[in-house]
Amino acid sequence: MKSQPAYWRERPQFYRMEAGKCTACGKICYPPRLICPVCQARTFEKINLPLEGKLLTFTVVRVAPSKFVDQAPYAIGLIETDGGGRLMAQIVDCDPDSLAIGQEVKLEFRKISADGEAGIICYGHKGVPA
Amino acid sequence: MRDVAVIGVGMMKWGELWEKSLRDIYVEAALNAIDDAGVDRVDSLYIGCMSGGLFNGQEHLGSLMADYLGLGPLPAVRVESACASGGLAFRQGWMEVASGISDVVLVGGVEKMTDVGGDEATYALSTAADQTYEGYHGITFPGLYAMIARAYMDQYGATSEQLAAVAVKNHLNGSNNPYAQYPHKVTVEQVVNSVMVADPLHILDCSPITDGAAAVVLCPMSMVSDLTKGKRPTVKITGSGHSTDTIALHARDDLTWFGATERAAAAAFKMAGRKPSDIQVTEVHDCFTIAEIGVTEALGYFERGKGAAAAADGLTAIGGPKPVNPSGGLKSKGHPVGATGVAQIVELVKQLRGECDDRQIAGARLALAQNMGGSGGSTVVHILEGE
Repeated sequence: MKSQPAYWRERPQFYRMEAGKCTACGKICYPPRLICPVCQARTFEKINLPLEGKLLTFTVVRVAPSKFVDQAPYAIGLIETDGGGRLMAQIVDCDPDSLAIGQEVKLEFRKISADGEAGIICYGHKGVPA
Repeated sequence: MRDVAVIGVGMMKWGELWEKSLRDIYVEAALNAIDDAGVDRVDSLYIGCMSGGLFNGQEHLGSLMADYLGLGPLPAVRVESACASGGLAFRQGWMEVASGISDVVLVGGVEKMTDVGGDEATYALSTAADQTYEGYHGITFPGLYAMIARAYMDQYGATSEQLAAVAVKNHLNGSNNPYAQYPHKVTVEQVVNSVMVADPLHILDCSPITDGAAAVVLCPMSMVSDLTKGKRPTVKITGSGHSTDTIALHARDDLTWFGATERAAAAAFKMAGRKPSDIQVTEVHDCFTIAEIGVTEALGYFERGKGAAAAADGLTAIGGPKPVNPSGGLKSKGHPVGATGVAQIVELVKQLRGECDDRQIAGARLALAQNMGGSGGSTVVHILEGE
């Protein structure tokens, strides 16, 4: 019997932006890892990524995968949060043509997609230009 | 370790092959390679395929393909490394012959992508990214390479017209390849005015969805004359390299650099005792125009940030100093993902044998193939040498 959806186990990352900070070299891993890819240490401090950062690069997806067809076109980019943690997120509440690399963004808790016929909502963070 | 030769190659015209099944196209390419080699035995099979599961609802390809190839109950291994599945299958086949485990190995690559609709195909391909931390947010492969392109253009001042030059060149090359899915020529204006898929990449910056297969036959150098009776020039595998990188783009320090390509190439060059300037003909993984530009830099052909200008200036054209993708590349020939890496070898073997007619690189003796998975998360590089 399958008792929990795969989505459930990612809640700390999707809901609270939990990341691992290597206690030896300071590398921030999002999502958390069991071993540091830089120094191979195995102990991490649990941190929450700050909700402010800047855009490293971005695109506007106009041909979307099945689950996101209804949202297209949408801007999506790579964000480096203050302190160095990085993640991918959609960039919303903006004119995509006005975006630029280096744009400051705030991360807000939003609906990401709806799963399956019952439409179970999957949550996470999206970037909003600051 | 034994020296290994490629003694037979085979494929077919690629495209939307509605009337042919996954197993049909694999067997057609495999038989073409076996006939080309002229061998009457095969000891073992490797099959590169990214996702028989998502494209066709079919796994267990080792059993399926060995069964339908009809040469008996051979050992058969399916190899998956996203779009580098074919190149990696070739490397595994090379290892099996080099190690002495088997003598005659058939390496095939296959993907039948048009059994599903466009958005399902986009989804299937997107599983080569980090599903939980990239796919979750709705990214696509054009989207990932668009982010690489945006960062590259910002960092080095490259233009959409320079990117388009890659598509123009590869379609021109492909117009002389009877196997190409889209053998028509395009102009820079057509590329930059084509519909936007993921800014700044237009549809004509992207490789297509394709059904296709390719296959090659390997054997030890010491058996070539017995097996082939000397009817073809011999092509030897002199270098093989394989490396990985982070699966997620955001975890990569330099978003514009294909580190796995640099490392795989370094290993292959070291094994072959060659350097980038020695290579006379190259097939690279131009899944998107920006990919060919970045890869020609990571292979050491051009300095960082100079690949776009090199393409626009014709340095990678047939007749230029560093011809890249004479087959038409993924862009024009098509990109049935699991078959692509094997088809690169097919093209290079034909180049080294001097069988490429209007797209022949005159006198080519040293060749390099680069096959890449995901947004650069895996890469395989091979160096082949002719007589």
